[in-house]
Amino acid sequence: MSTKGKVVGIVANLVTIEVDGPVAQNEICYIDLGGVKLMAEVIKITGKNAFVQVFESTRGLHVGCEAEFTGHLLEVTLGPGMLSKNYDGLQNDLNKMESVFLRRGEYTPALDKDTKWRLVPLIKAGATVRAGDWIGKVKEGWIDHKIMVPFDYAGTATVKSVVAEGDYTINDTIAVVTDNDGNERNLTMTMRWPVKVEVKAHKNKPRPFKILETGQRTIDTLNPIVEGGTGFIPGPFGCGKTVLQHALSKYAESDLIIVVACGERANEVVEIFTEFPELDDPRTGRKLMERTIIICNTSNMPVAAREASVYTGMTIAEYYRTMGLKVLLLADSTSRWAQALREMSNRMEELPGPDAFPMDLSAIVANFYSRAGFVNLNNGETGSITFIGTVSPAGGNLKEPVTESTKKAARCFYALSQNRSDSKRYPAVDPIDSYSKYLEYPEVIEYLDKTVEPGWADKIMQLKDALLRGKEAHDQINILGDDGVPLEYHVTFNKSELIDFVILQQDAFDKVDASTPLKRQQYMVNKLLTICGNQFSFDNFEEVGGYFKKMINLLKQMNFKEFLCDDFKGLDRELDELLAQRMVNEQEPQAVTAS
Amino acid sequence: MKTKAFQKIYTHIENITKATCMVEAEGITNEEMAIVDGRPAQVVKIVGKKITLQIFPGTQGIATDAEVVFLGRPPTLKVGNELKGRFFNAYGDPIDGGPAIEGEEVEIGGPSVNPVRRKQPSELIATGIAGIDLNNTLVTGQKIPFFADPDQPFNQVMATVALRAQADVIILGGMGMSNDDYLYYKMLFDNAGALDHIIAFINTTDNPPVERLLVPDMALTAAEYFAVNQKAKVLCLLTDMTLFADALSIVSNRMDQIPSKDSMPGSLYSDLAKVYEKAAQYPDGGSITIIAVTTLSGGDITHAVPDNTGYITEGQLYLRRDTEIAKVIIDPFRSLSRLKQLVIGKKTRSDHPQVMNTAVRLYADAANARTKLENGFDLTEYDRRTLDFAKEYSRELLAIDINIEIDKMLDTGWQLFGKYFSKDEVSIKKEFMDKYWVGTAS
Ligand SMILES: Nc1ncnc2c1ncn2[C@@H]1O[C@H](COP(=O)(O)OP(=O)(O)OP(=O)(O)O)[C@@H](O)[C@H]1O
Ligand SMILES: [Mg+2]
Repeated sequence: MSTKGKVVGIVANLVTIEVDGPVAQNEICYIDLGGVKLMAEVIKITGKNAFVQVFESTRGLHVGCEAEFTGHLLEVTLGPGMLSKNYDGLQNDLNKMESVFLRRGEYTPALDKDTKWRLVPLIKAGATVRAGDWIGKVKEGWIDHKIMVPFDYAGTATVKSVVAEGDYTINDTIAVVTDNDGNERNLTMTMRWPVKVEVKAHKNKPRPFKILETGQRTIDTLNPIVEGGTGFIPGPFGCGKTVLQHALSKYAESDLIIVVACGERANEVVEIFTEFPELDDPRTGRKLMERTIIICNTSNMPVAAREASVYTGMTIAEYYRTMGLKVLLLADSTSRWAQALREMSNRMEELPGPDAFPMDLSAIVANFYSRAGFVNLNNGETGSITFIGTVSPAGGNLKEPVTESTKKAARCFYALSQNRSDSKRYPAVDPIDSYSKYLEYPEVIEYLDKTVEPGWADKIMQLKDALLRGKEAHDQINILGDDGVPLEYHVTFNKSELIDFVILQQDAFDKVDASTPLKRQQYMVNKLLTICGNQFSFDNFEEVGGYFKKMINLLKQMNFKEFLCDDFKGLDRELDELLAQRMVNEQEPQAVTAS
Repeated sequence: MKTKAFQKIYTHIENITKATCMVEAEGITNEEMAIVDGRPAQVVKIVGKKITLQIFPGTQGIATDAEVVFLGRPPTLKVGNELKGRFFNAYGDPIDGGPAIEGEEVEIGGPSVNPVRRKQPSELIATGIAGIDLNNTLVTGQKIPFFADPDQPFNQVMATVALRAQADVIILGGMGMSNDDYLYYKMLFDNAGALDHIIAFINTTDNPPVERLLVPDMALTAAEYFAVNQKAKVLCLLTDMTLFADALSIVSNRMDQIPSKDSMPGSLYSDLAKVYEKAAQYPDGGSITIIAVTTLSGGDITHAVPDNTGYITEGQLYLRRDTEIAKVIIDPFRSLSRLKQLVIGKKTRSDHPQVMNTAVRLYADAANARTKLENGFDLTEYDRRTLDFAKEYSRELLAIDINIEIDKMLDTGWQLFGKYFSKDEVSIKKEFMDKYWVGTAS
């Protein structure tokens, strides 16, 4: 018998239910409002009273409404058919809802129960398996979707039987396993999993070391992120968090992208809905939508479901990671999730922490980020979840609880600067404040040596130094005036401008410039380092700016051309001529032209 | 609001605070409306039989034996074509002396649009003001506020935009509006012969502040009616959202909630988002565009109200007085229309994005030069040219009294580039340079 209860109190979406039996913390219940079932989650229990947060508007609810408890936590349904779907924060399929307006209490299944999937078994009867092991595969779009032993399976089991290759629905039994006590369990192609519990059906989680190419120069070149790494993008409103995340979702080199729109604008998600089915994935030629899952809980959708949405995204990511895939999880914005926590904690009259956020905010954020990572699976394959979240600091001030908590948890910090954004230096990632902890990992440096070129990490440091020196020179120029500083300061400053305009700035809306493969980044970085390593002769500071502007102009035009196409090479030659005008070289001039 | 026979009536109030009172009652639903001592009220909390009501006009003078009538329904608005040309208060009752509306009664603050059913906004709204059309192009289905200090002429600019926008229906939601401003709008719309497609919900400074909380929902419920049922292009003007937020903080404070930043409720973001996200492009052609006003105090945009607004809206427009040309301009630095990407260079000439960016970049160079000048440094020859450019750019394109077509704005941009700069300094994609460059310098 499942526990039942009756509503005895209501404040906004916090509802008190008097229960007639046992209830669990975080258990899901449904409140019946004249036939409409409102989903809710238990968040506090005192005596016979369960406090639940309702995932819907509570308008019209009254004392005496009946509630039924489900006996399980907030779960997602995992199985083939999630790819390319648009879900809400609770994994309802938004496309299956017919009306223009969202209807309260309308829950749509995440997976289609009638679709037949062609299953190819991967194991035989007699095999020993444990949670997460692959027992078969189906083609989900272009992905080899592995059918796995349910993640809740404790210990090992022996496969008693497996069906033959053929077409099955997600609820058909496809294998029978026997545990060590002789209990049999029928396995299907689907399983359920509580979203707030990490999936651990893998062997171990080593330190990540492989660079994840994102096509964004300010990330890949300056502060690279790795497969299975974590990063976050804090920035005041309008500085480009969403544009940068969209660029990542389009161009990052991943098998699967899960985009969680968490309490942000609906129009931004509509942009993805509209563009992704049309846009090509530059690497595979398939449509972007074919590698994307969208979890969409926009700011006007229920607040409690917003909190759930990031967990829904993470759990789906973990499911695909256990299949050996390279998953990129993006959440915009994690601050909205933190605010949802704050609203609830407020209503429950908990003792508030800084800025009225819950006391355990740091722990909650850290716990979430720790679910990302690179894993070795039991079968020797690997998988990864790279997680990048945005943070929307109140008042643009990075000394606020959500930014500070996230800074402790994430390894890459891509700080967007208001100044850069104001002067349209997009992406507005501040090159001086931002960092990637991965550049300190010896295994990452070694990987860069092997895959980009030997000594690449050093070159990154040279770039960073040039930027820093440029900033210092600029500060001096501002304090002392253009002619109050040695000419060399102008050259130093302009060299950093060159790097800024040509490497850091990238036009997200230009079809060529929007994404730069690492090979091309390497080419341009080497070119710029060579230029920056050169001496130039100028008679006065006024000449410096104009000369560098010409150089920037040519290099920027190159960024808009296909790599190494005729136009590109033409510009490259023009650049060489320009350089020859003022370069003073003791040694042989170094070749900077494309061959 | 008249009471009807079957409504539940109570006459024993247990508890009265500044904004709320509590009665024991049964069968009451969350968020339902009530009349307490003749004043509109709404259920905000239910604990067993204890019902807490928020009294919109305040509780002053309410006695413990006052009559409490529960209406059994959430706040509603009667919608229909007759709304057009009418002025209402925050409860949707006429204030223009006209007859009551006999339309279909719908709940205000209804559900949100399923995001997958929305269409991507793509229709440009031309205003003739280059500071908007050229640099911060507006699109139907967008939501964007003016961030303005109280002394800036935001009401005039907003009214101009509204009248030029070619909307099918204009809905004005006035919150804490001075009576003078209310009359200004009324006169302006009347003079423009636009009254037949204007609807207004007005809470003036004479009315109780908490009533304002109903205004956006009233205005947007009417907007949804026209946008969905009549596929109309609706423009909704909300002014002033800062005063709306103030009302939110009054209520949450009186309900003993823990305030977050700037004594605003922790739910401010969600509360504002619920209003602004009603802006939408519907699949069948109708749309709701929201242009709002958020007044700042001393230009501080880190205050919780503008800050949260900025995180919700699709950009913001700043007004600034440019003393060089003695005019008010749309500030190109901090103003931003996030949806402009959807139309510029697509619905407008293909050089639009580059002309826009280049002009703003050169204007920024001028700002640097001005800083140099103020700090007593010598200017370079380039600096001086940027300053001259900035002045002309401001006068010819940024001032709010401009009224020209977008192509003309672009041509003006090219003329200014050619007049003051060399090709290298302008640095626009070659294909556009070849086509539009009108300068003499190489
Ligand atoms: N890389 C870019 N290239 C060109 N324009 C950009 C770029 N990044 C941002 N922008 C401009 O800045 C605007 C705001 O960017 P975006 O929506 O990403 O900001 P945000 O940080 O997500 O803001 P919010 O916190 O309010 O969501 C964009 O609409 C665009 O005009
Ligand atoms: Mg954003």
